Amino acid sequence: MNEALFTTNNLWILIATVLVFVMHLGFATLEAGFVRKKNVANILFKNVMIIAIGLITYFIVGFNLMYPGSNAGGLFAFGGFGLTIPDGNPIDYADGAYTYYTDFIFQAMFAATCCTIVSGAVAERIKLNSFLLFCVAFVSISYPITGFWKWGAGWMDAMGFYDFAGSTLVHAVGGWGALAAIILLGARKGKYTKKGIKPIPAHSLPLATLGVFLLWFGWFGFNGGSVLSADPQAVSLVFVTTCLAAAAGAIGAFFTSYSLFKSHDLSMVLNGILGGLVGITAGADLMSPMNAIMIGLIAGIIIPFSVALFDKIKIDDPVGATSVHLVCGIWGTLAVGIFGSLAGWQQLLYQLIGTVAVGAFTFSFAFGAMYLLKVTIGIRVSEEEEIRGLDIAEHNAHAYEKEVTAPQFEYALE
Amino acid sequence: MKKIEAIVRTNKFEEIRAGLAKIGVPFFTLMEVKGYGLQKGEHITYRGSSFDSDFIPRLQIEIFTTDEKVDKIIETILTYGRTGEVGDGKIVVVDIEAIYRIRTGEKNIEAVY
Repeated sequence: MNEALFTTNNLWILIATVLVFVMHLGFATLEAGFVRKKNVANILFKNVMIIAIGLITYFIVGFNLMYPGSNAGGLFAFGGFGLTIPDGNPIDYADGAYTYYTDFIFQAMFAATCCTIVSGAVAERIKLNSFLLFCVAFVSISYPITGFWKWGAGWMDAMGFYDFAGSTLVHAVGGWGALAAIILLGARKGKYTKKGIKPIPAHSLPLATLGVFLLWFGWFGFNGGSVLSADPQAVSLVFVTTCLAAAAGAIGAFFTSYSLFKSHDLSMVLNGILGGLVGITAGADLMSPMNAIMIGLIAGIIIPFSVALFDKIKIDDPVGATSVHLVCGIWGTLAVGIFGSLAGWQQLLYQLIGTVAVGAFTFSFAFGAMYLLKVTIGIRVSEEEEIRGLDIAEHNAHAYEKEVTAPQFEYALE
Repeated sequence: MKKIEAIVRTNKFEEIRAGLAKIGVPFFTLMEVKGYGLQKGEHITYRGSSFDSDFIPRLQIEIFTTDEKVDKIIETILTYGRTGEVGDGKIVVVDIEAIYRIRTGEKNIEAVY
């Protein structure tokens, strides 16, 4: 391993780190776009705190819970608080692929995304402090433990489960957390009425669209960096599969949303792109371009059905996080057993076992944490605060200069 | 002195404004308001559900004038604001006690023209 190659590999992973960081821009922008004006400052505040909490807790416990460097094939291990900087030549740490610090910061960027997924789903009615406390627990304990099971060389890795960049370990984990939270939280006031479902439209589709394109932009690093080297063939293949899946996701959502709802809903094709991206994330390095298109297409088709289904059972998700990350995260994971170079019944079984195990653990953890918060400090703002808007209620501020907005989307009507 | 309040369609406003300017009424207060009535609002489709919005954007024009000009102004607004469909709006004439121009302190007819 020569220094030039080490530098190239390491540099690529650092660039990928920056790209994953950009995904936080994407989440913030997307979530801001999807909520109502009166809650924009609040959701941005949450997004800003999430990356702060994520990075710091990953430094304190997360990294060493997820990559303890011991108990291979096991359930749990802990490498100690803080970072355990290794001795020796940096080039030897990962056989010339990246340094210890690169490893830490690249992984740290991923960690907080599990909380941003939850933040979109619980938007417009969750109490700020409860949410932040939940995040601290979720990102510092639940996320790293399930991450260890595969990426930290735990039992799922030993079994043969495969998750290239985190359809399960990041996206479904976030999705399970989101689902547990919104079950306990309840729907936004006025969404489910006796006369049917009342849409609460996004206040800014431009912001939402910008957010999705920023997320796609970041996904080049999310998937591209998960190659964990600058290997030209692998990284370039992953770029191709990632983008084709995103495009196919848009197309799948386009046709499905039109045939189901007779409308060209921008928010649906935006979710479709993300669904395609989440779907390819488990196997971006295993798929042929055609496989990637199939996976993305199916994810895009799933999205409108999933969104409508969640609404039907009165699970209110303002941004579609549960459909994009949970449902398509599960799809992407199972797709590794159906398409690509690892496809087969055996692999599909491993994927299923991994999905169920991570789901059971994550959902239970999130549900338990949220329930504990619910019965102690409460997790939902008061009805009056919800109607006035969280920007005023929690922050005594406006995200925008005050202006007249359509009353029926600001006040609850039965 | 009279105040004329007219609630009109947003897409009829330009014609009404031009018509009023032609009869010597180039100034008024304009408010963006919402109407709630017989006419259905916009049909919103979003993420699989749809709803008819209850409110329609309207414009409210407020004109201060002398008693003599009232009929001419009403006739103008009726001409340019009418489409024949439900939702054309309303005109209200209100008697006002006095009106002042802040800059000069002029009262009533001098304050308006």
